[in-house]
Amino acid sequence: MSAYLLAGGRVLDPGSGIDALLDVLVVDERIVRVAPDLAGGTGGSGEAGAPHASDLPEHLDPVDVEVVDVRGCWVTPGFVDLHTHLREPGEEDAEDIDTGSAAGAAGGYTALCAMANTDPVCDAAVIADLVWRRGREVGLVDVFPVGAITKGLKGQELAPFGELNASAAGVDMFSDDGIPLADALVMRRALQYATAFDAVICNHAEEPDLTVDAQMNEGAMSSVLGLPGWPHEAEEIMVARDLILAAGVDARLHVPHVSTAGTVELIRAAKQRGVRVTAEVTPHHLLLTDDLVDCYDPVLKVNPPVRSHGDVRALREALADGTIDGIATDHAPHLPELKDQEWDHAPCGMLGLETAFGVVNTALIRSQTLDPLTAIARLTVGPASVRDVGDHGGGGPDGGVAEGATANLAVVDPDATWTVDARALHSRARNSPYHGRELTGRPVHTLLRGRFTLRDGVVQRLEVVA
Amino acid sequence: MTRPTMGETAPDATATGAPASADPTDPDATTPAAGDRHDVSVDERARAAVDERPRAADDAGHGTVAPLTDLISIEDLDAAQVRHILDTTEQLLPIAQRERNSVPTLRGKVVCNLFMEDSTRTRISFDLAAKRLSAEVINFSGKGSSVSKGESFKDTALTLDAMGVDCVVVRSGSSGAPVQLQGYLDVPILNAGDGWHQHPTQALLDVFTMRRHLGDLDGRHAVIVGDVLHSRVARSEVQALRLLGATVTLVAPPTLLPPEIDGWGVEVADHLDDVLPSADVVYLLRVQRERMHRAFFPSRREYARRWGLDATRLAALKDDAIVMHPGPMNRGVEITGDVADSPRAVITEQVTNGIAVRMACLYLLLAGATAGSAPPAAAGPIDPPADVGPDAEVDR
Repeated sequence: MSAYLLAGGRVLDPGSGIDALLDVLVVDERIVRVAPDLAGGTGGSGEAGAPHASDLPEHLDPVDVEVVDVRGCWVTPGFVDLHTHLREPGEEDAEDIDTGSAAGAAGGYTALCAMANTDPVCDAAVIADLVWRRGREVGLVDVFPVGAITKGLKGQELAPFGELNASAAGVDMFSDDGIPLADALVMRRALQYATAFDAVICNHAEEPDLTVDAQMNEGAMSSVLGLPGWPHEAEEIMVARDLILAAGVDARLHVPHVSTAGTVELIRAAKQRGVRVTAEVTPHHLLLTDDLVDCYDPVLKVNPPVRSHGDVRALREALADGTIDGIATDHAPHLPELKDQEWDHAPCGMLGLETAFGVVNTALIRSQTLDPLTAIARLTVGPASVRDVGDHGGGGPDGGVAEGATANLAVVDPDATWTVDARALHSRARNSPYHGRELTGRPVHTLLRGRFTLRDGVVQRLEVVA
Repeated sequence: MTRPTMGETAPDATATGAPASADPTDPDATTPAAGDRHDVSVDERARAAVDERPRAADDAGHGTVAPLTDLISIEDLDAAQVRHILDTTEQLLPIAQRERNSVPTLRGKVVCNLFMEDSTRTRISFDLAAKRLSAEVINFSGKGSSVSKGESFKDTALTLDAMGVDCVVVRSGSSGAPVQLQGYLDVPILNAGDGWHQHPTQALLDVFTMRRHLGDLDGRHAVIVGDVLHSRVARSEVQALRLLGATVTLVAPPTLLPPEIDGWGVEVADHLDDVLPSADVVYLLRVQRERMHRAFFPSRREYARRWGLDATRLAALKDDAIVMHPGPMNRGVEITGDVADSPRAVITEQVTNGIAVRMACLYLLLAGATAGSAPPAAAGPIDPPADVGPDAEVDR
């Protein structure tokens, strides 16, 4: 048996709307009490003391309860990432499920959705089950595979949605992420077919004819830097098409990594019309802008590219008003030797798991664009509404910071200021655009089913605990 | 001066035995300086002249020109720096033009021409510039080197660093490669053209050529015609012209104009004919044939009629206006053959001036400070060649 009392923290539970100073008692896998002042002596400036026996379940002796002082921290549901590239199977020299899970735990995540563009592609149940099982074996986060829309990501034949859905992984989200599904007929069929499983289709929103050789956001900066532009229209045309197709067959569409103000408008209008669409935005699109590219450091190269200040403003507003449902990292590890090339030779993508909360807190919460509860919602219940992630993310009867819920929790210090050191991150790769930057806000503890996967900022691997 | 023939043979001919074009009144020119022997007397005079030489007209005044540490983009320069480079070029031009003549200014310095992208013309020009200053030159090209065997740009840079070169002249098809190189190397980086981004020595040789013909460029009107979108030359050219006070009009098919160029400080005109009468310079950019295959414009014929410079349009120019092109030209597309061969076209002179400009840039980068502000003792061995008198009248 394990019993922890998270004492003195501010509980932010978006599912219930609770925002209060509450102590949280975790026994084994579950939260058994959420109440004020369970611990003795936390009322003032004194140390958290042992809990009162009268506040505990009858069978629990106060001496068996480990009190964890979380004053000054927020206690929230574990974060859910809808968009993670874990690179396993196939590119384990950049990341694998072990290192990626560690990065997730360090970032406050308890659930990661692993994108399908591995080698081999996640277009068969056996691959999905491998990814799901490896996540369980590592035990730092739960890994929910995303299935491919088309076999081999080739954009032609559908992957076996039914087999993937029936697998142990229970895949209910499909994406050829990284490669746009350009063929409108295949996209339409995918949306239609997915309705049989109430699954959601996530199409990489990029009209490829408009982005041949594209290197960065098209605009004043690309003109000065002499880099071929990635016009915002390329994203918006694809989103517009997909929204029309999804509406036509009453299917569920998820728009990944929204990056432009125009896309925000399209999604906002579609939601008002009742189209079943959800959307995500990355931390980097909420913070970084294309004027940073003048250093030509490929660590800033990402697809879709970092955009203009106007786009960033629109994305922040859309996140605040719920047009965009959640924050997703698009964590994309790449080997240093691939990133250490000329800009146009380097691959797209940046690390995101371990810096996500810091970026969101620094850029959105401290700037008062988002209140803490809404921001936490976009990291938890928002993503959890897009696909079924079980008891993660604070939604549903088994989720949240609530009595009886599974103890999938993040404890974050919103005032911790730290300088990102890419070499010190848990990812095997080093391509963090925030290296050397100061962020405020950092996860302190993460609990997966009542077990610390991150404790005092240190990832707790299974064997260490055993 | 004699005008070398256009194309890649021009610098070669100068280097390998075409008749000398030296000012016959210059005694040094007749000194029998065979082979690679240095014309020491010129250099000694340079040293002697450095203290008493009147400073060239320089807005920033005496000794206030910021030293040149790298030359990546014209955007990094201020007007005083550009004028200083041009004034230095003026002094070096006689050496650039003289056959088998060099000064020991950069003796012992190793300049590496790192050409990741083929460009025989530019490489030869830099090669000659370095050799006229007695620098040792290493040519490191993408083809036939470790780069073609898969060595990364970074490893190539680190290798050069380990070998101890004093300056890297870099040409790359990748925009920003010289900026990245700055992060790998501590020695001065000289950008010889990167992707669509910048080609600063081209812009400097162009404004140098313009200044020789037109005098001060303040208030002059330059018209740049053609494929601005894909042009590193245009980006550098606009910035250099604006720094010197010229007004710039871009004329191009709308598909070949970069987006959102409000910040460039240029005018954009749809019709070439509208702007020709006020132009002091018409600068024609090379149009790559393959562009029409991606629907930038319908045909070479239509391009030539709408945006090409032919004899009729040439006649609309002011009497003293000049025609320029960075080369290599597509005769019959952006420029007709008769315009290219007309006295208005100073295209081959651009090539000759290119050597002198590159000498000036190498000198300023490797001397490490502006000539006026450097302590003469420290700068002694690498003083600039000084005024050897104005060259023969520019051939118009």
